[in-house]
Amino acid sequence: MKKISIIISSCMVLLITACNKQLEDNSKEFPALNPARTDVNAGTWKPILLNTANEIAVPAPMATGTPDFIAQLSEIKSWQKNATAEDKASLKYWSAGAVLRWNEIMRELVAKYNLPPYQNPDGTYPIPSANNPLAYPLFPFANPPYAARAYAYVSAAQYDALVAAYFYKQQYNRAAPYQLDNGIQAMLPQQTTPAYPSEDAAVYGVTVEMMKLLFPGEQAFIQQKAEEHRRARLLSGANTRNDLEAGEALGKAVAQRFVARARTDRAGAAVGIVNGVELWREFETAAINQGETPWISRELPLRPPMLPYFGRVRPFLFDSLTLVTKLRPVPPPSTKSEQFRKETEEVLFYSQNPTRERMRIVHFWADGVGTYTPPGHWNAIAAEEMVKLNLSEVRWARNMALLNMALMDAAIVCWDAKYTYYNPRPSQVNTNIKTLTGIPNFPAYTSGHSTFSGAAATILGYLIPTKANQFNEMAKEASLSRLYGSIHYRSDCEVGLTSGNQVGSYAILRAQADGAGN
Amino acid sequence: MNHQSLCKDGRVSCVSIRRIVLVLMVCLSAGAIQAQTDIDAIMMSKRNFCTGIMYGNSSWTNYWEGTLKRNNENLGSVSTQSVSIMGNYGVNRRLNLLFGIPYIQTKASAGQLKGHNGIQDLSLWVKWMPIEKEWGKHIFSVYVLGGASAPLTNYVADYLPLSLGLRSKTLSLRGMVDYQYGSWFTTFSGTYIHRSNITIDRMAYYTTEMHYTNEVYMPDALQVNWRGGFRDKGWIVEAVADQWTTLGGFDITRNNMPFPSNRMNATRLGINLKYEDVFLDGLSLTGNAFTTVAGRNMGQANAFAAGVFYIIDFPAKKKKTKEVSTEKQ
Repeated sequence: MKKISIIISSCMVLLITACNKQLEDNSKEFPALNPARTDVNAGTWKPILLNTANEIAVPAPMATGTPDFIAQLSEIKSWQKNATAEDKASLKYWSAGAVLRWNEIMRELVAKYNLPPYQNPDGTYPIPSANNPLAYPLFPFANPPYAARAYAYVSAAQYDALVAAYFYKQQYNRAAPYQLDNGIQAMLPQQTTPAYPSEDAAVYGVTVEMMKLLFPGEQAFIQQKAEEHRRARLLSGANTRNDLEAGEALGKAVAQRFVARARTDRAGAAVGIVNGVELWREFETAAINQGETPWISRELPLRPPMLPYFGRVRPFLFDSLTLVTKLRPVPPPSTKSEQFRKETEEVLFYSQNPTRERMRIVHFWADGVGTYTPPGHWNAIAAEEMVKLNLSEVRWARNMALLNMALMDAAIVCWDAKYTYYNPRPSQVNTNIKTLTGIPNFPAYTSGHSTFSGAAATILGYLIPTKANQFNEMAKEASLSRLYGSIHYRSDCEVGLTSGNQVGSYAILRAQADGAGN
Repeated sequence: MNHQSLCKDGRVSCVSIRRIVLVLMVCLSAGAIQAQTDIDAIMMSKRNFCTGIMYGNSSWTNYWEGTLKRNNENLGSVSTQSVSIMGNYGVNRRLNLLFGIPYIQTKASAGQLKGHNGIQDLSLWVKWMPIEKEWGKHIFSVYVLGGASAPLTNYVADYLPLSLGLRSKTLSLRGMVDYQYGSWFTTFSGTYIHRSNITIDRMAYYTTEMHYTNEVYMPDALQVNWRGGFRDKGWIVEAVADQWTTLGGFDITRNNMPFPSNRMNATRLGINLKYEDVFLDGLSLTGNAFTTVAGRNMGQANAFAAGVFYIIDFPAKKKKTKEVSTEKQ
C-alpha cells in the first residue's frame, strides 16, 4: 500500500511541475528602440513616391509657453501619474519600434486572411469583394502575391512618411517634452532626434490609411491598435499631442499618394475573371498551342488559378518593359522533353523517400494556408535581425521598404513566368507523386518561394552584409524545400532563385542611390 | 466460483487493453491523444502477464470545422490503420501495470497529400484497486489510475489531419467506479489529461493571434467514459459511451487547415466484445466498433478493431480462483 501511495504522490508532483505551459514569444522580448545612429538627416533621403520630402506641408509646432502647450504637457504628466501596469506593458510593446510593430500587425492580418474561399454549391468559387469585406468570402484572400503587394505598399508608404517627418523634425527642431519640463519623465531611452512631428504618429497615420484599402474589414482592430500606440507615446514623455497630431496628419497625407498608385497598379484586374468570363483561359490555350501540357488545378472542384494577371501589376523597382525584356525567365524544359521526364522522376523520388530532416525543411518553409506567407516569413527573418542592429525608426522603414518592394516585384516577375509558361505541377503529370505539403493552386514554373527567397536574401545581404551568407543559405533551403515537398521540379526552384536574385539586385540599385548610405 | 471472481480473473483483463482504438478516433489526426490503456474494472491476477496485438481501422469522410460539419473533396476519406502491441502485468490483483505501443499509418483517399506512417507514443498506466466491497450478488469497486505517454519517434505533429499524433507528453489521472450485480455491470470513469506543450518545425504560427515561437501551448483534456453490459464465463459484451473534451484551444476557421492545439471534442458510442479460451486456454479474442455522434474540430470517425491476446503466468500457469479468493482476504 505504501508503495502505491508513493507512486501516486510522485505522479501528482510530476503533474504539478509539468504544468508551466507559458510560451516564450520572441517578439514580446524585443528591447526598446535605442538607435546607435540617429539618421537625423533622413529628410534628405530619396522618397519613393513623393517628389520631395517637403512636398506635403507641415505647419510649425505650437509655441512653447502658451496655455495650450502647457495643457499638453500637463496631459502627459497626468498619463504618467495614472499609468497602470497595462499602460506600461503597452509602452514596452510599442517601444520596440513603430515600423516593427506595425509590420507584425500586418503579418498577423495576412495569416488571418490567407484562406482560400470555400466553393459554391455549384462547384464554382466565390471571389472576395473589397466592397463587402465582412461577407463570406472575407476580403481579402491574403495569398502570397496579395500579401507581397500589401507589405510593399505599407512599408514604402511608411518610408516616405518618415522621410517627410524627419525633414520637418530637422526644420522645426522641437525638443521632447521630457527635455522641456522637468516634471515629465523619459520613460524610453532618450533620443536627440527632434520630437515634432512624431515619427511614431507618422507611422500609424500612414499605416491606418493604407490598411483601410488592404484590410477593410479590420478597421476597428487597426484603429484600436493606433489608439494604443498613441497612448503609449503620450505616456512615454517623448511626444506631446501636438507632435502626434502633426505626425499622424502627415502620415495620412502621404498615404493618399500610395492609395492612388495602388488603385491604378492593375492589381484589381489580377483575378482574371470578369462578369463570370474566365479571361485566364487564354494562358491555357497558349500553352496548348505551343504543344505543351497545360497546368490544371490540383484541387477539387477545379479552382481557377490564383491571380493569373498579377504578373501585369506595376512593379516598384523597374518598369514593365524591363520585366518582359530583362527579367522574364527562359522557358522551362518542354513537357515533352527528356529533361522534363528526368526532373519529374526526381520529384517522385523525393515524394517516395522523405527523411525527417527534409520534412523539417518542407514544414519550416511551407508558409501555406493560414500563415503570413513566404514574404511574411522573410519580414519576420529581417525583423529579428534588425532588432539586433539598433536602427533608427526611419532606417527600419527604409530597410523594410527595400525588402518588401523586392518581394512584391519578385511576385510580379514570378507570376508573369507562371502564366507565360503555364507549366503543370509534377503530381499532374505523374499521379504517383504525393506531396508533403499543400500544393498551391497555380502553375509550377517558376517557384514562388524560390523567387521570393532569392530576392529577399539578395537585398537583406546588402543591408546586413555580415549575414549575407546565412541569408543565401536560407534562400537555397527555402527553394529546395519545394522540391523536397514534391510540388516543384528542380528547374522551378533553381531558375526561381536566380530570378529572385536579379530582382533583389534592383532593390540594391535603389538602396545605393537613396542617400541613406549603408 | 462466482462470476465476480471469474471476471476478476487475470484472463479476462486482457480485453480491457483495447483502448488504443479510441485513440485512433480521437482527432482529425490519426493518432491523437495517447495510447490509452485500461478504462474498465477488471484486474489481472498476481504475476500474470497478458500480452497481445491489436489491429485498428478508423476512417472519416465528414469532419467538424469548428462546429460546422463538412466534407473535403481534397481529402476524400481519411483513414488510419494501426497495429498495436499491448500488455498488462499483475503485480497483484489490486495493482496492475499496463503498456501500449501503436504503429500507425494514415492515408487520404483523394487529393495530393501523402500519408504518414510510423511508431507513435508509448503509453504506460498504473492501475490500482483500493476498494472492493462484496455483498450477496453485488460487488462495488473503486479504481485509481495514473498514466503517462510520450512519443517514441520524432514524427511530425503539425501535419493534420494526416499526422500520426499530437506529440504532447501526457500525464493522466483517472478515477473509476464499478458496480456489478450477478453478471451485469456498469462502470463509470473520469480522466484528467495533462498535456505538455509541443514544438513544431516553424518559427511562427497563427492561432487566433500570431505567436513568434516554435512552441505550441496544448490545452489539457477531460475524458468521461461510461460502459455497461454483461460479464460471464468466457464472454464480455458491453456498450460504451465516451466523451473527450479539450479544455481550451481554438476552432478551425472557415476552410483553414487543422492545428494541433485546436479545441478537439468528440462524443462516441460503441460496443466492445471479448471471448476467451476459444481454442486454447489463456487465449482470448477481442473486437470493438465505435461511431462518433458529435464533435468539434474532429473527424466523424467510424472505427473498428480486433485483437488477440494470450496470458503468460509467472511462475506457474493459470492460478485461478484459489489465489484470487485468498488474496481477496
